[in-house]
Amino acid sequence: MMYRVVKIEKIKEETPTIKTFFFKDDSKPKPGQFYMIWLPGVDEFPMSISHIGNKKAFTVKRIGKGTTAMHKLKEGDKLWIRGPYGRGFKIENGYALIIGGGSGMATLGPLIERVEGDIIIAARTKDELLFLDRFKDRNVYIATDDGSAGFKGFATDLAKDMMEKRDYSIIYTCGPEIMMRKIIDMAIERGIKVQASLERLMKCGIGICDSCSINGYRVCVDGPVFSEKELVKMEDLGKYKRDSSGRRVPI
Amino acid sequence: MLNVEIGKLHFKNPLILASGILDEAGETMLRIAKSGAGGIVTKSIGKEPREGYENPVVYELPCGLLNAMGLPNPGIENYEDEIKIAKKGGVPIIGSIFGSNPEEFSYLAKKMEDYGADAVELNLSCPHAKGYGMEVGTDLELVEEIVDSVKREIKIPVWAKLTPNTSNIVEIAKAVENADALVLINTLKAMAIDIDAKRPVLKNVFGGLSGKAIKPIGIRAVYEVYREVGKPIIGVGGIENGRDAIEYIMAGASAVEIGTAIYTRGIGIFKEIAKEMEGWMRKNGYSKISQMVGIAQVR
Ligand SMILES: Cc1cc2nc3c(=O)[nH]c(=O)nc-3n(C[C@H](O)[C@H](O)[C@H](O)COP(=O)(O)OP(=O)(O)OC[C@H]3O[C@@H](n4cnc5c(N)ncnc54)[C@H](O)[C@@H]3O)c2cc1C
Ligand SMILES: Cc1cc2nc3c(=O)[nH]c(=O)nc-3n(C[C@H](O)[C@H](O)[C@H](O)COP(=O)(O)O)c2cc1C
Ligand code: FES
Repeated sequence: MMYRVVKIEKIKEETPTIKTFFFKDDSKPKPGQFYMIWLPGVDEFPMSISHIGNKKAFTVKRIGKGTTAMHKLKEGDKLWIRGPYGRGFKIENGYALIIGGGSGMATLGPLIERVEGDIIIAARTKDELLFLDRFKDRNVYIATDDGSAGFKGFATDLAKDMMEKRDYSIIYTCGPEIMMRKIIDMAIERGIKVQASLERLMKCGIGICDSCSINGYRVCVDGPVFSEKELVKMEDLGKYKRDSSGRRVPI
Repeated sequence: MLNVEIGKLHFKNPLILASGILDEAGETMLRIAKSGAGGIVTKSIGKEPREGYENPVVYELPCGLLNAMGLPNPGIENYEDEIKIAKKGGVPIIGSIFGSNPEEFSYLAKKMEDYGADAVELNLSCPHAKGYGMEVGTDLELVEEIVDSVKREIKIPVWAKLTPNTSNIVEIAKAVENADALVLINTLKAMAIDIDAKRPVLKNVFGGLSGKAIKPIGIRAVYEVYREVGKPIIGVGGIENGRDAIEYIMAGASAVEIGTAIYTRGIGIFKEIAKEMEGWMRKNGYSKISQMVGIAQVR
């Protein structure tokens, strides 16, 4: 599909490195789907939808050239977008455990609004915890690497404790790949269903260029959300990715 | 019913994956092979790793796709594993290569042969990479030298992929007559401007148009070259269904390559097109692809 222009209606500073950009658009995305955002003259990059409905939003962490330019935009400025793309979350029955690391919470936001469960919000430090206020009325558990808030340590350790205390029907996760790899392994070991939203370098976003592929699966079209049946076959997950030239390199 | 021979290579069906579409990683190619493709052409591989251009590199248009990937590739020295994995699919793997002179092409071709590729396809036709592809592929003396030099270097078949971005494709086809097969066509040089942004969409400004819009040009190129050159032709450009594939074959192609249509119809397209072709052939009394090659030629 060709680009359409949307106007940024509101910008919210979530953390020192993350901002949410609200806009209106007629598309009907599902939780976990993404768009390609083009900033003319700068870059084009993939972003999950972080708020669904009448007011939509992208929640963007400042990383490199494109996202830094996006952080400089003001209310009233425009975004060029194409999408929604990809396969989002498949909502399963039962009580869920949802684990979001860093900006991974952006992807999980719309899903959390549609499922029942415990939520782990994890980040390196207190200031970087995303969507604490958005989900203040939910069962939120916090983990920080430096112990500045909540559980001191990795989200994976907290998740392990929680899995031991309660039987979850399904685990949903998005965050750093090493974290997701561990969560997926734990879930599979315990026979719990699991869905993870993966990130790979994207160029076309529409399933033809092979740059986002992991073990024969295209993250842009077959994913970005995968379930245990596929995840177990991804030997590269948490170990290797492909760089811009297509070389397989360690993560 | 659909099996074809291109020189000494045997294909279970004439539907080959085109270069540059889902064919960089070995496991993706393996998946395409298992999904019913008769053969696979790899992404075009050069001497050094190349990142390609910055995004946007692909743009969807109502009439097809515009791309300026910029020949990203991991480099030939990193490509052995990918070929080995792809080979497990049990269909011919054709290693596509690009360079700027005969020595580079020969070096790359030899590597592909060593890695186990069943043939090489010389990309003499990419419309948007400086010093490569089309810039090489419209220099008649140079392409002839490239083909001859690669032919001397390797034993596996050599396919030459030509650009339609020329006023006389027959002239180029004649210059590469020593190749074992000719592949027609690559994308057409094109561009798109976003009027709201008031600038070209592709980061590289220019790109190549593929898909539906270019089929009539591909058909014309195959038709013209078939009359003048006695080598097998592989038709490419805008093939989306069984009828399109048969159209190319009637123009003179012995097999076809499919790229952009994977985006519209998905990876299952090879099996689906094979069925569509068989259905048409049965209804119209054909039992072999070879019975249809070039039959639309008006003499
Ligand atoms: C499906 C999907 C959904 C995403 N959703 C979000 C989100 O909701 N919020 C968020 O903050 N981030 C998200 N990301 C990550 C985000 O796309 C990258 O942080 C961003 O592309 C970095 O671009 P840059 O130009 O700032 O960085 P640079 O490092 O300058 O990027 C250069 C190029 O590399 C690509 N690139 C770099 N890092 C990544 C990456 N991790 N994944 C894919 N492409 C990359 C960019 O597209 C860009 O073209 C998502 C990634 C994917 C694949
Ligand atoms: C995204 C993309 C990348 C391509 N990369 C290459 C390439 O690396 N080498 C090459 O010879 N042709 C490349 N092509 C051209 C195709 O192989 C094919 O010739 C062209 O797209 C026409 O066929 P189609 O309409 O079926 O896609 C590419 C095409 C697309 C769309
Ligand atoms: S980004 Fe091109 S195939 Fe996924």
